[in-house]
Amino acid sequence: MKRTAILLAAGALGLSVLAGCSAKPVTNAPDAGAAGDTVKIGLNYELSGPVASYGQASVAGIKLAAEEINAAGGINGKQIELVSYDTKSDTAEATTLATKLMAQDKVVTVIGPATSGGMKAQIQVAEKNQVPVVSGSSTADDLTVTNGKLNEYVFRTCFNDSFQGTSAANYSSEKLGATTAVIIKDNSNDYSKGLATSFDAQFKANGGSIVAEEAYATGERNFNSILTKIKGQSFDVIYLPGYYEEAGPAIKQARELGITAPILGGDGYDSPKLAEAAGAGLTDVYFTNHYSSEDHDPKVVEFIAAFKKANGADPNAFNALGYDTLKFVADAVSRAAEPTGSAVKDAMADTKDFVGVTGTFSMDPSTHNPVKSIVFIGYKDGVIAVTEKA
Amino acid sequence: MEQLAQQLINGLSLGSIYALIALGYTMVYGIIQLINFAHGEVYMVGAYVGYACMTFARLGFFESLLIAMVVCGALGVVIERVAYKPLRDSTRIAALITAIGVSLLLQYTMMAFVGADVRTYPALPDYLTASFHIGGVVISAQSLLIIGTSVLLMIALQFIVHRTRLGKAMRAVSMDADAARLMGINVDNTISFTFMLGSALAGAAGVLVGVYYNSINPLMGVLPGLKAFVAAVFGGIGIIPGALIGGYFIGAAETLVSGYFSSLYKDAVVFAILILVLIFRPAGLLGKNVREKV
Repeated sequence: MKRTAILLAAGALGLSVLAGCSAKPVTNAPDAGAAGDTVKIGLNYELSGPVASYGQASVAGIKLAAEEINAAGGINGKQIELVSYDTKSDTAEATTLATKLMAQDKVVTVIGPATSGGMKAQIQVAEKNQVPVVSGSSTADDLTVTNGKLNEYVFRTCFNDSFQGTSAANYSSEKLGATTAVIIKDNSNDYSKGLATSFDAQFKANGGSIVAEEAYATGERNFNSILTKIKGQSFDVIYLPGYYEEAGPAIKQARELGITAPILGGDGYDSPKLAEAAGAGLTDVYFTNHYSSEDHDPKVVEFIAAFKKANGADPNAFNALGYDTLKFVADAVSRAAEPTGSAVKDAMADTKDFVGVTGTFSMDPSTHNPVKSIVFIGYKDGVIAVTEKA
Repeated sequence: MEQLAQQLINGLSLGSIYALIALGYTMVYGIIQLINFAHGEVYMVGAYVGYACMTFARLGFFESLLIAMVVCGALGVVIERVAYKPLRDSTRIAALITAIGVSLLLQYTMMAFVGADVRTYPALPDYLTASFHIGGVVISAQSLLIIGTSVLLMIALQFIVHRTRLGKAMRAVSMDADAARLMGINVDNTISFTFMLGSALAGAAGVLVGVYYNSINPLMGVLPGLKAFVAAVFGGIGIIPGALIGGYFIGAAETLVSGYFSSLYKDAVVFAILILVLIFRPAGLLGKNVREKV
């Protein structure tokens, strides 16, 4: 009896963990207005669920850009009308809503979701309906080009994962003079694995060697054992691509164990939570990012002021990327021969020297990746001490 | 050698946390044969209470620890009175499912109040951020704090269970609730007291983890709760010293697996231990195999 009870309990608990994943109901009330005098742009973002902060931040940036364009007279005299849905951070929901936006709401472009998983779920729908989808923050390499074939209707306005990993490897070799490195990656996260792979390749190409490669799973808080394991080895830098939730405690524990080597990461570090979690250990930590709020470029300063006025907080990279993405779409719509998905797609692929707050870029027509600069942000004693564009 | 010593210290800190949580599981099981799956969430609430005390009320570590223990103890009693007491005469599975319901309720209520975001404890005073070097081994004040506090609390628990009238009542109810009632023991109050003790320990574990890992969220109780459950089963559920041994064993096993193999396997190893224990020694390490009348 006792054994049955415990087995039963273990099984029931498994169920409860699964139940925790189910989505909450959310109601949407799109404005089904007449299409004639407006340009309809669909927003398909994660407004609730585990990655809601990415989706919400992107939409805040998009809204600011739309208001600015509308106040200045719209796109070729037409006001922008945003039709916004919530994917609940669910990829299947992203597919359904993308279909709805394209077939029912007849939008000219869909912006979002923020994550690569959600974007990939839309590729088929976009090609079928011939309506472009654009993301400001999906960095997976195989999003725009899958198995060597270009996804014609898929675009992004941020750089991709391999560019981040490659840049971090070059920064380690050239600026930090590193010849040996340790990689600690999140093995349950494509983003982290992608960055690790490209760092590995470039660092070796630069003549360096990877002395150890460790892995953890999302949600890990205890890094002491893997850090103790690498502590006995000699290395110049640690590459720790991942999200701030895990990177923060990992950095804290590394510094407490007396590991002083510089730690590098990717744009997943971009959150004030990183500094809170890592505490005083956040020194000699560098990460690649899309944009820096410390930038003194007049366009960036102007954006920061406008965003602060509208939202009462400093914009982060997702806000800035969302803002740039809408401006990029508006620019393509204004240049398109006619207001249809395929004409807008051609205009997007043709974008040259677009000036955004995350940098000036041109769209590479063969990959649909923007050719743009990357920013290195370095922390010392818990505050940002280095900002370099590369 | 140095690495092994360091890993064992890591394992001890982690094991202390598991042991503290496992004690609550095992005491409750010992007294009413219920696996209280809401226990991991009490630990989470403890972490948040400690966070609130240190961040908003700017209290010191020990005051916050104490307040978290008191609040969690009270929460344990409320959970028992509201959710489990009305079900005391129904089937075991009804109580078990209720426990899972309470667990989800606590998780998502907390999420509704504080949001799903990770929160971090404020900067600690210097005596808690220091570390000692012995050879190449680094022992942080925080791991000493975790181990020390846990050991003190466990000694206190042993004292309560074996040297006080309430402890005697607990042991009596655990052996035979009906006979205990005939002897004039207030069974309901004794059960509530058991929940209070167990929950207070879980609350303490929550604050210790908050200080140690510096990162708390409303779902943080799920996995440690499960592992503490494994620890309790490993030692023999219902047996207090078993929970201690189980907690330290699981902590050490997890640390050594990630230290010498890969950290990706450590959760699998913990649950493999659960399966092996259930197959070969279902009553646990210290348990006696008693044939139950069915």
